[in-house]
Amino acid sequence: MAIKTLLPGRSPSSATARPVSGRDRAERKLAFRMTAPSLVIMALVAAVPIGYAIWLSLNQYSVRTAGLSRFVGLENYINALASHEWWAAFGQTFLFAGISVSLELILGTAMALLLNLAFKGRAVLRTVVLLPYAIITVVSAITWQTMFQPNMGLVTNVLSTLGLPGGDVVWLGEHGYAMAVIVMADVWKTTPFAALIILAGLQVISAETYEAAELDGASKWQTFVNITLPLLRPAIVLAAIFRTMDALRVFDLPFVLTRGANGTESMSMLAYTQLRENRLVGEGSALSILTFLTVMVVSVIYVRFAGGNIRDVAKEEQ
Amino acid sequence: MSTLTAERPTAELATRPKSPKRRRLRGESKLHPMVWVFVIAVMGFSLIPFYWLVNTSLKKGASLSQGELFPSQPTLENYLVVFQNPEFLLALRNSVIIAVVTTTVALVFASFAAYALARLKMRRKAMILTLILSVTTFPAIAIAAPMFSIWREIGLYDTLLGLIIPKLTFALPLAIYTLTSFFKEIPRELEESAYMDGATPFVAFRKVILPLAVPGLATTAILVFISVWNEFLLAVTLTTSPEARPVPVAIAFFSGTSEFEQPLGTISAASVIITIPLVILVLLCQKRIVSGMTAGAVKG
Repeated sequence: MAIKTLLPGRSPSSATARPVSGRDRAERKLAFRMTAPSLVIMALVAAVPIGYAIWLSLNQYSVRTAGLSRFVGLENYINALASHEWWAAFGQTFLFAGISVSLELILGTAMALLLNLAFKGRAVLRTVVLLPYAIITVVSAITWQTMFQPNMGLVTNVLSTLGLPGGDVVWLGEHGYAMAVIVMADVWKTTPFAALIILAGLQVISAETYEAAELDGASKWQTFVNITLPLLRPAIVLAAIFRTMDALRVFDLPFVLTRGANGTESMSMLAYTQLRENRLVGEGSALSILTFLTVMVVSVIYVRFAGGNIRDVAKEEQ
Repeated sequence: MSTLTAERPTAELATRPKSPKRRRLRGESKLHPMVWVFVIAVMGFSLIPFYWLVNTSLKKGASLSQGELFPSQPTLENYLVVFQNPEFLLALRNSVIIAVVTTTVALVFASFAAYALARLKMRRKAMILTLILSVTTFPAIAIAAPMFSIWREIGLYDTLLGLIIPKLTFALPLAIYTLTSFFKEIPRELEESAYMDGATPFVAFRKVILPLAVPGLATTAILVFISVWNEFLLAVTLTTSPEARPVPVAIAFFSGTSEFEQPLGTISAASVIITIPLVILVLLCQKRIVSGMTAGAVKG
């Protein structure tokens, strides 16, 4: 989606001499003025609330008397980290992210390969594939609920007609099954995104590369494993980063499908429940900061170990 | 090799002129039958859930609870119920206001920032871009939790404005980085000639870049609109009454009336209603959506 913006450089302007240093200074000033409003807004709507959340998380607030609070330091964090709920939600979120992102990357690669083939009806396929992506997540959840509803659902009906297991299961009522529905709803909606990113990567692999492989007598499978996949790596990593960051924030799907029941509560949901349903402002804030830190740590790890190319580019920029 | 570059291969993705790659495939016009199996499987996976949602929305009573593959007595009653529900209509109004205002504000500020980031000389540009990008990965709960407290103190809780402001957190960076990549595609020569005529960079931006960037602005508007329309966590945390609730929250609470009996027919009808405009949007603007989504595409 956005990595390109990380590399505005390679600026032809540095080649086409526009030297005058006074002009440079004026340009820098203008650039500052044009970016400042956005940066100020983002500081106000992102940095200030997060700073305030940290402050809230260091206090305990009376549930009965509004406005009554006392400073408790890291107590909310210690309690959260010692609680079963946090680690259950943590494990659940990573399990969800791991399974759904893996499926999305595999299916996304397959879809991208299909969309890269020349055949009649490719335009239709591309439109069809894009449809679930535009659907709002809440509707995606409802759609899959209708698919798996006992007696009413298409999947449950087909399974029981065929005498297969799962036909008479209340899918949203059991942990493993509920998880499967949540993963399905996510995969359905977001695989197109992964597919389009990977397709964009596929389309820049030059035809000569394939021709050389063909001349060397490589089989289709060998070509795919030894040429296509390695060249696709940056695109796949990019899709993986965006999808993982998104999956770790999962909230809408379990909220609509299970309200967090049957062990499907995610990190964001746990924080929401403490804050809104149990009115525990301090604890809820601590949980939301923990969620924030978890996602940030994962993104740093990603960029460090998987996204070497992103780093190189950022460096080049400086 | 394997660096990300400023070139965008995606424009061709939609229109697809006869590229060299396409010619490579000329000998393979006969696809392996397995490929067709895959094509049909992918189409089925994408479309069957939609069919089932529509199917569910057209049924009631026994026909609904038995899960008929084809509704034996299709009825629009569920749709009537939805349209007679004042809360749903309010939610539609709220969603439209929130999405239009947020998208407009984000686009105005983002177009300035994106121009500076795409074209002008600037200190710490890479750092600013990384910062903006990282905001998009923030979990919304980290914004929603403190906003819940702040808004209740100052009276913005459960208001439309109280939703528009935090939604900018994610709309603005999305708009900035999508626009930055579009601005970079506009040939520099055009500005250079404006400079020759004595224009300042700001005049060049207003008179040369902005008019040329209209397609990019439209694409960005579509993407930001969809994302604001879709957003759920901030909306559910910061509202409590139908007067401020947008569509996703209204629908989610449709289903929450009773744990034992779900008005699934009505919920499905409401879902279909709000999905139709998005489907039309995809059919009309497919090219734009794809090019915007892959604006950060990768070069091998």
